[in-house]
Formats: sequence, C-alpha cells, structure tokens
Amino acid sequence: MERIPILRLDRFLLVSIQVDMHDRLALTLQDDLTADIVKHRAKGVLIDISALDIVDSFIGRMLANIVNMARILDAETVVVGMQPSVAITLVELGLSLPGIRTALNIDRGMELLRASRESEGPTIGSREIV
Amino acid sequence: MRRQQASLAHRRDLITESELRTDSRNLLSCLRETMAAGQGQDISGPGWAKVRDLLSDLSRRRAGQGFTPTETANFVFSLKEPIFEQLVQMYGERPKELAANMWSATTVLDNLGLYTTEVYQKSREELINRQQQDMLELSTPVVELWQGVLAIPLIGTLDSNRTQVVMQNLLEAIVAKSALIAIIDITGVPTVDTLVAQHLLKTVAAARLMGAECIISGIRPQIAQTIIHLGVDLGNVITKATLADAFALALRKFKLTVTQG
Repeated sequence: MERIPILRLDRFLLVSIQVDMHDRLALTLQDDLTADIVKHRAKGVLIDISALDIVDSFIGRMLANIVNMARILDAETVVVGMQPSVAITLVELGLSLPGIRTALNIDRGMELLRASRESEGPTIGSREIV
Repeated sequence: MRRQQASLAHRRDLITESELRTDSRNLLSCLRETMAAGQGQDISGPGWAKVRDLLSDLSRRRAGQGFTPTETANFVFSLKEPIFEQLVQMYGERPKELAANMWSATTVLDNLGLYTTEVYQKSREELINRQQQDMLELSTPVVELWQGVLAIPLIGTLDSNRTQVVMQNLLEAIVAKSALIAIIDITGVPTVDTLVAQHLLKTVAAARLMGAECIISGIRPQIAQTIIHLGVDLGNVITKATLADAFALALRKFKLTVTQG
C-alpha cells in the first residue's frame, strides 16, 4: 500500500508530502506518525507540504489533528512550505489552523523546532536527560 | 435611389470638417454598394457586414473623441431628410410606392442608427473594464522594506475582488522574497466595515499559514472607533497606528537597531 515516508533526523521527524493527498493516505500518515513519535521519542515534527497544491476540508482538518496529536505526545509540529493557493483555500474554508506553527521553508522550520527545543531546556547541570 | 444619395454628401458637409466629409462619403458609398447588391432590410445579415464595420469603426472613433451617442446616431439619422426628399420627388405621384419605400428606408436607417449607439456603448464598457483592470493591478503593489519585511499599502475601498488580488499578490511576494513579516498598511482605505475587516483577517490568516507574521498599520482614529463599534474582533493580530511604528517593530523582531551617525 502507498505510504508517505517518515524520516528521522536526530530527535525530529521529517514528513514530506510529495503526492496527491487522498483521504486513506492521510489516515495512514496519521497512524504512522503517531507510532513513530512514540517509537523514536521525537521532540519535533516537520511537515513539508510544498508539493501539495490541492487541499480540501478533510485534509485541512487532518493536518490540524496530526498537529494536536503530536502535541499530546510532546512533540512540536511545524508545517512548512504552504503554497499561496493552498493558504487561500484553507482560509476560505474557514480553517485558519490557529494552533499550528508554520514556516516558509524547511530551513526556517528547523530553526523554529531547534529554538523551541532549546527554550524548553529542563536540564540538570549541563547535561541533557536522554 | 443610389444616384440620389450622391447628392446627400453635400448636405452632410454642412457640418464642416474634412474628416466628417470623408466619413460620410465612405458611409454613402458603402451604403450605395450594399443597396446596389440588393441586400434586404435585415442589417444583421452578411450583406451588410461592410456597412456595419464602417459604422462600428466610426462609432468607436466618435466615442474616443467625446461625442455623445445621440450625436453619433444623428450622423446616420441625418440621412433621412434628403433621402425622403428624393423619394418624394421620385414617387410623388404614386403614394403607395412612396409609402413602401419610405418605410423600408426608415427601417434601415433606424437600425443603422441604433447599431451605432450599441457599438458606442460597447466601446465605453470596454474602456471602463480596462480601466478597472488597470486600477486593480495598480492599486496593490507589494514593496520590500527590508530583507524579509514586506509592506503592502492599500489604497481605496476593499471589496472581495480586490482582497483576492491583494491576498494573492502578498502571498506570492512572501514566497518570492522569503519574507517573515508583512505589513498591511490601510492608511488609504477610506472606510472599514465588517466585510473589509473580515477580508483583512483572512489575508492575515493566510499569510500566517505560509509562515509569515502580519502587522496591520495605518489605522486612523475614526477607523479604530468604527472597528470597536462594529464589534469586530481583530483577535491577536498586531496593529499599529502608523507604518513607521510597524516597521520599527519589524526591525526589533529581527533584533536590528537604527543608529544615527
């Protein structure tokens, strides 16, 4: 079955959506991602949707769901690379995704994730709890 | 009837101007040809194509020169008097034929006159449409104030059409310049009602989805009052009174300071 690959980089997970998002694929991604967050004890998730040029309300809500699920699992999510047309569509659909952090490209998204991880910083001494 | 029309040229020349003379000469020769070819009275038929082209060209030119549609139509209607005189001379003793000929002449001329008015109106509408398009494009420039800081000064009333263009331009500019902050300046927006406010909020939300922060600036005192009176919730959108304040905030966010020297 078709799947969207999830890459692990350090304590972050990278998801790049390169194909047309249909409903089943979205649900699979939701399953895989939550499983991977737990498995890798991920602290951050970066979802790149720069190749996505069509969204509907289902995909929009699914994005919001994934972000909220990740938050419950203690992982910060950043959605990067949204196309202008996609942004307009989501806003017109009334899905302005208020809880979601966004960034223009992957560089900025990674910066955001790293910054939020550093600011969290409950460290004992100078050593990070692994 | 064809030969008689030649004499009309002189009458029409009373309105002076050599251009007018050529126009009427062209029209007359064209009419004569069509009549000679024995095309019916239906001026929308293919036989009248030449006359129609001539008239539309003429009507368009008149519209550009600032003539009123009445004047343009009268140009055609002025043919009536001499034609009728000639008809009376020809058929004066045969009232039945006279009436029939009069009728067909009137129909044709009326239709031609109305046709000029129609074309006149159409050319005006084209002009208005073109200007509207120009205004839409002219009125939404996106300027880069600093690396990563964009400003979009809005001038004039915001309707859904324009907001769409504004949103599109802004979002495309955010991608092109990889901007982090976009300042929407509404100094030039005369009134803000609930609809305009909603449009603004939509634009801000869309920019945020792309990963850019929006600041709304240029809010005049009256507009601040209307926004509150209308009960519009601007949410957590950053608003500033002037573009300068907004720009200063943007620089602060980049940890940049301006020093004199």
